[in-house]
Amino acid sequence: MVENTPVLQLKNVCKSYNVGTPVEVEVLHDIDLTLERGEFVALIGPSGSGKSTLLNIIGLLDRPTTGRLFIGGQETSTLDDAALTKLRGHSIGFVFQYHYLISAFTALENVMMPLLVEHDFPNGQMRERARDLIAQVGLTQWENNLANNMSGGQQQRVAIARALAMNPALVLADEPTGNLDTKSADGVFEMMQRVNREEGTTFLIVTHNMALARRCHRIVEVVDGWVVQRNSGISAGQPESRPSTSKSTVSGPDSAGAP
Amino acid sequence: MNSWAPFEWITALRFLREGRMQTLFILVAVAIGVAVIVFMSAMLSSLQANFIKRVLTSQPHIQLVPPEDVARPLRASTASLIAAPITQRPAQRVRSIDQWQKIRKQLTAWPGIVTVSPTMAASALAIRGDASRSITLTGIDPEVYFQIVRIPDYIIAGRPRVLTDDIMVGTELAKDLGAVLGDKINISTATGVSRILTITGIFDLGNKGANQRSTFVALRTAQALSNRVGGITTLDLTVNDVYAAETIAQSVQAATGVEADSWIKTNAQFFTAVKAQTTSNTLIRLFVALSVAFGIASVLVVSVIQRSKDIGILRAMGTSAGQVLRVFLLQGGLLGLMGSIIGAIAGGSAVVFWHGYLRQADGSELFPLIIQPALFLYAVTLAAVTGVAAAAVPALRAAKLDPVAAIRG
Repeated sequence: MVENTPVLQLKNVCKSYNVGTPVEVEVLHDIDLTLERGEFVALIGPSGSGKSTLLNIIGLLDRPTTGRLFIGGQETSTLDDAALTKLRGHSIGFVFQYHYLISAFTALENVMMPLLVEHDFPNGQMRERARDLIAQVGLTQWENNLANNMSGGQQQRVAIARALAMNPALVLADEPTGNLDTKSADGVFEMMQRVNREEGTTFLIVTHNMALARRCHRIVEVVDGWVVQRNSGISAGQPESRPSTSKSTVSGPDSAGAP
Repeated sequence: MNSWAPFEWITALRFLREGRMQTLFILVAVAIGVAVIVFMSAMLSSLQANFIKRVLTSQPHIQLVPPEDVARPLRASTASLIAAPITQRPAQRVRSIDQWQKIRKQLTAWPGIVTVSPTMAASALAIRGDASRSITLTGIDPEVYFQIVRIPDYIIAGRPRVLTDDIMVGTELAKDLGAVLGDKINISTATGVSRILTITGIFDLGNKGANQRSTFVALRTAQALSNRVGGITTLDLTVNDVYAAETIAQSVQAATGVEADSWIKTNAQFFTAVKAQTTSNTLIRLFVALSVAFGIASVLVVSVIQRSKDIGILRAMGTSAGQVLRVFLLQGGLLGLMGSIIGAIAGGSAVVFWHGYLRQADGSELFPLIIQPALFLYAVTLAAVTGVAAAAVPALRAAKLDPVAAIRG
C-alpha cells in the first residue's frame, strides 16, 4: 500500500431502501468523503440524518446502492460477501455504543477474538498481543474478568483494545461515549486520541457531544443524507503526512443548499 | 481458552456454558430420550435373542425334505387332452433324498451355511414288557446333529451317545415305559424290522409332547429299522444369519431341486411377531429421536435470537457467515453428543438393574443380558448427528443474520 493512499474514499455513494418499489427512499445522496491516514474525524448529525447508514456502508456491513467505496485503495463494490468479511476483519475495527463485548468471554479473550477469528487456533502470540492492548487501555488488573463484571467505561476500553487487535487502518466508533458518565467518557475519548497519536490509526467517531467533536481534527456533518464539512477546533493537530488536497471531503450542495 | 480447539469450538462451548439453564434442560431431555432408546433396544435385543435361541436350538434353520408323491393326470396321446382328469392323492411313502451325499457336499461349501446334518426319521413302536408307545425315531450323525439341536444340553441322565445299539429317549417316554438308564427296549417299525436298543441317555426338551415322542438313534440304526439303508429323509442346515434363512433356502432349492423349508417359513407366526416387535422398536426410536431433534432445534432457535447481538459483533470483527454457521451446528452436535453419553450410561445402568431385578421363580435370570457396545456407539453417534441436523435451521438463521440489524436491534 502506498503511504499516502487514503484510508477510506467514498465516491458518489448513494443509498436507497426499498429499491424498485413505490416506497423507494434515498437516504444518502451522492456522498464524497475521504479519510486520510492518521486522521481523527467526528461524524455528527441529528438522528435520522443517515449517519448510521453511512457508518454501516463505510464499515462494509452494508453496500451502497450506487457509487464506489475504497478501503486503503481497494475498490469494494466488486468483492463478494466473503471477501468483504475478510477485508472488514483486517482493515476496520468497530466500537459500538451499547453491547460492547461478548459476555461469554473474559476481557482478554474478547480482545483476542478478532485474532482467533482470523487464525482459528489460539496461541501465545495472540495472548501476548491481547495483553499488550489490555495494558495499553490500562486494564491489566481486570483482564480475566468476564465482560459483564466490568463497568461501562472499562467495557468500552476493552472494546477499543479489541478494535485495535488486528492493527486496522481505520476504527469506526458509533457513539463510543454516549452511554458513559462524563468522567469515563473523557477517559475513553482520550484513550482513542492517544492511540491515534501514537499508532497513527485513523478514527471516525459518531458523536452527539459537540464538546468532544470539537476536539477532533475535523468534523463531518450529515444533514438529511448530505455530507457537510465543518471546521474543527484543532486543525493544527492534524498529522503532517496528510496531503493538503482534501477538496473531495466536501460534497453535495453547500450547507446553504440543504433544506 | 485452550489452544487445541479452533475458534468455532471455543465459541460453541462458551455459548453453551454461558446459557447454563437452557443447556442443562436440553441435556436432560436428550439424555432421557437416548436412555429410553438404549434401554428399549438392549432389552428387546436380549429378549429376542433369547426367544430365537430357544426356538433355533431345538430345530434346524433350514430343512431339505424329499419330494411328495403326486399322481399326475393321465393324458391322451393326442394333443393336450386329459383322459383322466380326476386324480387321487397317493399315500406317501418314506422316501430318501436322491443323491443326498452329493447335495451335502455342495451345501457344505455353500457360503453362509454352517452345518449340514443328514437325518433319517421314521415312526416306530417302543416296547418294553407290556408297555408300548409310538415314537418318532430320528437317526442322526451326532457330531453334526448336536451342533443344530443341542441334545447334550438337555441330557439329565446318562450320556449323549448313540452307537449302533444305543437309543436316547425323553423323560416322559422313559416314565411311560418304566425304563431307566441302561435298560433295553424293543423298537419295531412298520416295515417289520425290530431291534433291541439300550437306553444310554435320557433328555428333557422342556416340552411334554416332545419328551414322549422323540428318540434319537444312530443314522445307520434308523436306516436299517426303516429298511432304507443308505437313505435319509432330511438334510438339516444351520446358517450364519438366521434372518437370511429364507433367502438361502430359496437359492438352495433352486440349485439342488430339493424342497428346502426355512424356520421362517415353518414358524411364520413367531417370525411375524419378532418382526412386529422390531418394527415397533424402530418406530419408537425414530419418534424419540425426532422429539430430541426438535428439542435441540427449539433451544437453538431461542439461542440465536438471544445471541443476535453477539453474532452481529462477531460478524463486524470479520467472522464469516460460515464460521457463525459452524458455531451453531457445533452447539447442536455437542448437545446431542453430551446428552446421549449421559443417556447411554443411564439407559445401560437401567438395563443392568432391571435384569438383576427380574428373576424367574427359581431365581435364575429371566433372559440373558446382552449389552452390545455397538448399540452405545450407535446411539451416541446418531444423537450427535441428529443434533447437528437439528441445528441446521437455527444455524442457517444465525449465518444469514444481517449484522447491521443485529447490532442495531
